[in-house]
Amino acid sequence: MNYHINHLRELESESIFVMREVAAQFENPVLMFSGGKDSILMVHLAYKAFYPARIPFTLLHIDTGHNFDETIRYRDALVAKTGCKLVVGSVQEAIDAGEITEEKGVNASRNGLQTHVLLASLEKGKYDAALGGARRDEEKARAKERFFSHRDEFGQWDPKNQRPELWNMFNSKKQMGEHFRVFPISNWTELDVWQYLAMEEVELPSLYYAHKRKVIERDGVLLADSEFIPKRPDEVVFEEMVRCRTIGDVTCTGVWRSEATDIDAIIEEVATTRMTERGGRTDDKRSETSMEDRKKKGYF
Amino acid sequence: MSEYSSSELLRFTTAGSVDDGKSTLIGRLLYDSKSIHQDQYEQIKKTSERMGESEINLALLTDGLKSEREQGITIDVAYRYFSTPKRKFIIADTPGHIQYTRNMVTGASTANVALILIDARQGVVEQTRRHAIIASILQIPHLVVCINKMDLVDFSEEAYNKIQEEFESFAAKLDVKDVHFIPISALLGDNVVNRSKQTPWYEGPTLIYYLENVHIASDHNFIDVRFPVQYVVRPYSDEFHDYRGYAGRIAGGVMKKGDKVMLLPTGFTTTIAKIEGATGEQQEAFPPQSVTLQLTDDLDLSRGDMIVRENNKPDVSQDMDLMICWFSSDLKLKEGAKYTVMHTSQEARCVIKSIRYKLDINSLHRNEEDTEIGMNDIARIQVRTTKPLFTDPYRTNRITGSVIIIDEGTNNTVAAGMII
Repeated sequence: MNYHINHLRELESESIFVMREVAAQFENPVLMFSGGKDSILMVHLAYKAFYPARIPFTLLHIDTGHNFDETIRYRDALVAKTGCKLVVGSVQEAIDAGEITEEKGVNASRNGLQTHVLLASLEKGKYDAALGGARRDEEKARAKERFFSHRDEFGQWDPKNQRPELWNMFNSKKQMGEHFRVFPISNWTELDVWQYLAMEEVELPSLYYAHKRKVIERDGVLLADSEFIPKRPDEVVFEEMVRCRTIGDVTCTGVWRSEATDIDAIIEEVATTRMTERGGRTDDKRSETSMEDRKKKGYF
Repeated sequence: MSEYSSSELLRFTTAGSVDDGKSTLIGRLLYDSKSIHQDQYEQIKKTSERMGESEINLALLTDGLKSEREQGITIDVAYRYFSTPKRKFIIADTPGHIQYTRNMVTGASTANVALILIDARQGVVEQTRRHAIIASILQIPHLVVCINKMDLVDFSEEAYNKIQEEFESFAAKLDVKDVHFIPISALLGDNVVNRSKQTPWYEGPTLIYYLENVHIASDHNFIDVRFPVQYVVRPYSDEFHDYRGYAGRIAGGVMKKGDKVMLLPTGFTTTIAKIEGATGEQQEAFPPQSVTLQLTDDLDLSRGDMIVRENNKPDVSQDMDLMICWFSSDLKLKEGAKYTVMHTSQEARCVIKSIRYKLDINSLHRNEEDTEIGMNDIARIQVRTTKPLFTDPYRTNRITGSVIIIDEGTNNTVAAGMII
């Protein structure tokens, strides 16, 4: 008999295992949903993990207010389909309430402000675990992240203080006020995600597929032309056939020249590409240790 | 897509001293298999220049955190990913220093292969022995010993053979079954991905060929059925009113629909009514699949319990001998101390009944007098748990044969334990 399992099924099994551990070990877990392919994958896996029962996680979306419309529509459709409860943490509301200040200048982004709203939302909801779709291959500072990442009462991540993870056992013990960030798809690469989504025939927002869009070029990266991005005088708007490899909000998602209009073409592109997925993320480019610094402050 | 559908997943650990060129080797594997992206390469180039290096330092690829990059060494387990059309690889990259034994143990716990690096000029040193011992204790099924910096010994066959002999005579004392040797130069790329022209006397595979073809399908235990119940699925919906499913990951053996099984700890027997997996109903399930089982009879079963076959039970006991690696820097292991122990999906409290000996990680000597167990020490201990655990010896099954020990005051994982 052939007891062979391919790498996608093995990764899937591991992620389902992690999600079930979260449901078993925590009282009030939440799944951070951005509308990007990694969080779409997470919901798909969660559905399988608990079938035929409902997914036992609330979905949390930190809304910067600068989203692509389509991301919001997709999110709402998914919530309707899965019957999950959706909680939206609004950056705009926090700005209006004077809790945080909007960045100014051409490179202004609400990405950094999300941290404050995320921590506030987690505290408000009294969630003891927050599931996220982060992967270890995404960025240097995530290469050392655990599946179960302990965060202190300030939501902070200390790289020197993470618990060793051995075999299949996850130590989720914590004090009052502390919580865990859990990353079930830690071992998936960008290519794995696409191959799996193709294999499972998961529907995705059309932003991920090539389309004509008005863009500007800034520091070697193409950005979607939008009312939320102030333009420098020398920046001209032109039209290009592009797709998004990763979706932050409008101000920080680089779009990418591509002709890939279906998932097989995307897979081929990803498999042969010379540029990393987050290479188009201007939020990572702010300094060499951008991600690490943000994580220490409590970012996702 | 089809070329990836039969691709397996292989996890391997790399351990080597800072000067062995381990990080260079990983950088070389990623670079030559074309898994490094252009912008990562550009970034390393910039950092190398800024640090005053003349050649691009591929080691910077694996040194992620700020403080490490400044010091030029790695201080934690870093996971790197690459794939070839044949397999997807996960590298658990761990430091070589003795003070990071705990990290190597962590990275090694799920590895199929241990990649041990030797500097051809130094031969087998203390570190080599230590890494081999850890790989043996952690029961990593396959070892590949890469004799590196062959370029600095003129690709000498004699030097290579001498080192191979030295390692083999040492490894004879260990519990290692499958060892391969490869002469390489990580810096120049010889025998890593591409075959070297400098070692015509070497007839074995390149490192990448070895990694792509080493037989790992038998690394799981397909004989002894072990299903730790992880989560009970209860829809409470109209459509699935009486549904009760037992979800978990198969830890051992092959389970088939209709099989007669026994539940632990109650000892009641029943049969498997249905197995549901990621793609729907399946007739059988095997490790490492995650499934949901339905049983014929309505019996008392919850998280922490185990489903096994009647004539093939694990050890059901409250007393066990463990080989542990102590992780804590603040606390030392104390006889009579109480901890929480986790085993599969079960949790219990335990007391340390005795410390039998500390294992000298460099010589394999068992020191019965030295019972001061601190960080990075390996020791054999006896524990008693508050309730029976369903275990197997670690060499039979790495999942049902392992535990983690948690300190109740700090909530930290203070030790990893392997059941003897």
